[in-house]
Amino acid sequence: MSSKAIMKGMIGFYILLFFGYLFGPLLVMGVTAFNTPGYPQAYPFEAFTLDWFVKLYNHRNMMDGLKNSIVIGIGVVAISVPVGLAASIIMSQIYHRARGLYYLITISPLLTPGVIIGISTVIFWRDVLSVTDVTRGLFYKGIVLTILGQASFISAYCLLIFMARLTRFDRAQEEAALDLGATYPQVFWHILLPFLKPAVVSAIVIGFLTSFENYNTTTFAILADKTLVTVLAGEVRQGTTPALSALAVIIIGISIIGAISYEVVKRQEQNRAERAQRQAILAERGEIAATA
Amino acid sequence: MSAGVELDHVTVRFGDFTAVDNATLDIRGGEFFSFLGPSGCGKTTILRTVSGFLEPSEGCVRIGGQDMVGIGPNKRPTALIFQNLALFPLMTVAENISYGLRVRGADRSARRKRADELLDLIALPGQGDKLVSELSGGQKQRVAIARALAVEPKVLLLDEPLSALDLKLRQHMRAELRSIQQKVGITFIYITHDQGEALTMSDRIAVMSDGVIQQVGDGKAVYDNPETAFVASFVGENNPFPGTVTRADQTYAVIETAFGPLRGRNPRGLRAGDQGILFVRPESARLGAGSADTTLTSTVTNVAFEGYMTHVYLKGAGKKEIIVTVGRQAAIDIPAPHSAAPINYDADLGLVLPEGMLARE
Amino acid sequence: MSSRALVFIIPIIVIAIFWMMARREARRKPDPTRKGFFERNGVVLGTVFVLLVGFWTLFLVALPYLYMVVESFHPALPPMKRGGPDDVLTTAQYASFLVNPINDSINWLHMGALLFSIIASIAVTALNFAICYPLAYYMAQAGTAQKVRLLMLGLIVPYWVNEILRAFSLRLLLASKGLINQALMGLGITDAPIDFLGNNTGLYVGLSYAYLLVMMFPLYNAIESLDKNQVEAARDLGAPWWRIHWDVVIPYAKPGIASGCTMVFMLSVGSLAAPQFLGGPRTLWFTAVIYDFFFQSFNWPRGAAYAFIMLVVCIALVLGMLRLFKVSLGEAIR
Repeated sequence: MSSKAIMKGMIGFYILLFFGYLFGPLLVMGVTAFNTPGYPQAYPFEAFTLDWFVKLYNHRNMMDGLKNSIVIGIGVVAISVPVGLAASIIMSQIYHRARGLYYLITISPLLTPGVIIGISTVIFWRDVLSVTDVTRGLFYKGIVLTILGQASFISAYCLLIFMARLTRFDRAQEEAALDLGATYPQVFWHILLPFLKPAVVSAIVIGFLTSFENYNTTTFAILADKTLVTVLAGEVRQGTTPALSALAVIIIGISIIGAISYEVVKRQEQNRAERAQRQAILAERGEIAATA
Repeated sequence: MSAGVELDHVTVRFGDFTAVDNATLDIRGGEFFSFLGPSGCGKTTILRTVSGFLEPSEGCVRIGGQDMVGIGPNKRPTALIFQNLALFPLMTVAENISYGLRVRGADRSARRKRADELLDLIALPGQGDKLVSELSGGQKQRVAIARALAVEPKVLLLDEPLSALDLKLRQHMRAELRSIQQKVGITFIYITHDQGEALTMSDRIAVMSDGVIQQVGDGKAVYDNPETAFVASFVGENNPFPGTVTRADQTYAVIETAFGPLRGRNPRGLRAGDQGILFVRPESARLGAGSADTTLTSTVTNVAFEGYMTHVYLKGAGKKEIIVTVGRQAAIDIPAPHSAAPINYDADLGLVLPEGMLARE
Repeated sequence: MSSRALVFIIPIIVIAIFWMMARREARRKPDPTRKGFFERNGVVLGTVFVLLVGFWTLFLVALPYLYMVVESFHPALPPMKRGGPDDVLTTAQYASFLVNPINDSINWLHMGALLFSIIASIAVTALNFAICYPLAYYMAQAGTAQKVRLLMLGLIVPYWVNEILRAFSLRLLLASKGLINQALMGLGITDAPIDFLGNNTGLYVGLSYAYLLVMMFPLYNAIESLDKNQVEAARDLGAPWWRIHWDVVIPYAKPGIASGCTMVFMLSVGSLAAPQFLGGPRTLWFTAVIYDFFFQSFNWPRGAAYAFIMLVVCIALVLGMLRLFKVSLGEAIR
């Protein structure tokens, strides 16, 4: 009896348990979305129904919250992606001695509990916006404060995403463009930004999702407004309805479709790269034949 | 259109480190000029100073007689070919080549036309729409050259561009570079640590070491008449014999070495009492005894047969290794290892130079 | 000048320090490759960059934090009286954490809540490390590229579902009428449903579940860069498997472990959803105390003071731990 087989079995069992832990609760919740009882119940499965999805659609608060969440997500992305990009470029150019301090300041929102970010945002902007009645009337709103509060730490996420990509940037590319007569802004638009494009896409997606899901900061900053997540929290606090399960099913469905299409795109890219490599090898062979 | 490049007492410092020390040099328009030296000798720093990525700490660079101080790399009439080529991976071959025209505001059709012309010049016609990643190493090389030539520079700067290629392709590209240079007729400044590249392609070579230009001259001058111990030991193989000069006149000097007094030419005018080094190239030395002041006694340690020549490794006084290269035509018997074998040379082919740092192997 | 306005001066001092550091380095080590910031990026683009980052670091990060701290040193006043003669600097909010101002007794309730939050978070951190380490090691060292990609996807997909719904799903599972109790009773293990939510099992599971990924990725990244040959070599030398992990893998992955633990701990102490929805009725999480000051008693300064206390205690704890395990802060937050 090989100990290797035992080891393998144990690893398999452990992975099964791990993913059981990860997916189990979601599966159970998913089942309750299609079961008729008003209390979300997976077992016994009484009858199949789609009523909870209809209830969800007719839930005014939730739909309003969803709209706000999308507006906030777009607002946060509009601030955080350019800020993160600018911050990463400054990070790559800043003097060595100042870099540590700069890094600490820019990354601190990630280490600060979201609750504190929410509180500080509200306290600060309440007074700043109250300087004039006009600004208070126009901007002292939950949606604005939530965008500002979330942008403070989502910008830091974006910064990390851009930094990771920038470390792989070949400085010779920049110099080559300069040498060919490009100005520094041209280098940015023609060379650096196209290079960073994948990171821009990741930053937009991750920034939006993070904003969409955020609870801790939003709870405080949203004031009298609501987002999907705060409405959800209110629902969960009040009790439980299978409509929430239905929402989760929709989210999981969308995310699985997203994950699959991401895989497909990735696969295609890989195929393209492989084809390019094959071409290069062919070209190489031709070249050697020509020199010989 | 080509332009000369003058370095006028150029010094470049990074903090406390002096990368280039007081370099003065006049590169003529249309010349193929090489900087040759080991890595870290400052040759790349000179190239970057000429292209404008660095400003000299002291002195100035003139291109076509015009002082370049304060003029950025994007405003200089130079184009640089990078060691890793730095082609833009997200652009096609044609977009790469015409990038310099794009930033100058040329319209699309003019850019395309110029790219096609250059693709013909580098023998890659019709390949403009390929991605850079689809090209072979040699093709990328040629695209990099075309991209640099597209902006019609007066001076083309090349930073060891062949180092990434394999040997066969490298030798092929040498000839190609040389022929492109003759076709376009502009000044080429070439950086390399490979003396074979420098000797075969260049009109003139500057040998550098530790930030100092040791010698400037054509390949033959640098090889046959090195002016410093560094050049003698870096360019080609050489056997050094350090010692004290005992007698000297205008033409010859006798130097007291571990092998006794030996004689050689005295181009630097050393005088009795000076410390010096006698250099005898492996191919200038012969097996067998000659006159007393050009003969060394030694023992064969190893024989390496390389086909068209044979290297004989010998050990003499002070355990010093000496190499003698015997050509095929010499038709002499190579002594067996461990046998004693005297060596002699023509006094005119021995060279006594002032003491100085040798190139590290 | 009011104390609140003073907040705006501090960032100016910090910027001045930055500027002086830059000047000093430029003078001490002249570097001919160095170009000025505006020279390198162009005036327009450079200005845009500086404005963006300035807005972020000042108005979204530094100033709100500082302002919150200043606010915590003020009394709670109705809006009309703010800025008036009663609006003086005071440490009353901090004192109230130690001594309850209502009956002058020691404030065990709030101190206990902070202590409980911290201890529970440490437990959750340890639990998550134990759960994640084997899988992280497997993915980083043993798995094939294809498998790893699949496992990664499997890890990420559940996290697209937001925190609240995940807590909700656990509640469905752990409630007295939930599936687990149904199963336990169906199997005859217990007669009456076990109150998983009341005895805080739900809280621990919920926190662990919420921050599983936060532990997983730093661990995976740290172990992934370990040269496989090192493990092989240790195995060749006859080291038992636990020694290999203890002597080779864990010391190597220490920065990643520190990073994962720091993040899980901080997030866990600061979490709001899991304690709200999965904690027992007698359980008081410290963020819930802060929440109540904001939304029940509208005492913002006291809430701010409590938030600041929480931040300082947590950071001190993390720094102390990092020091104990000899990891630099820089390594841990990278």
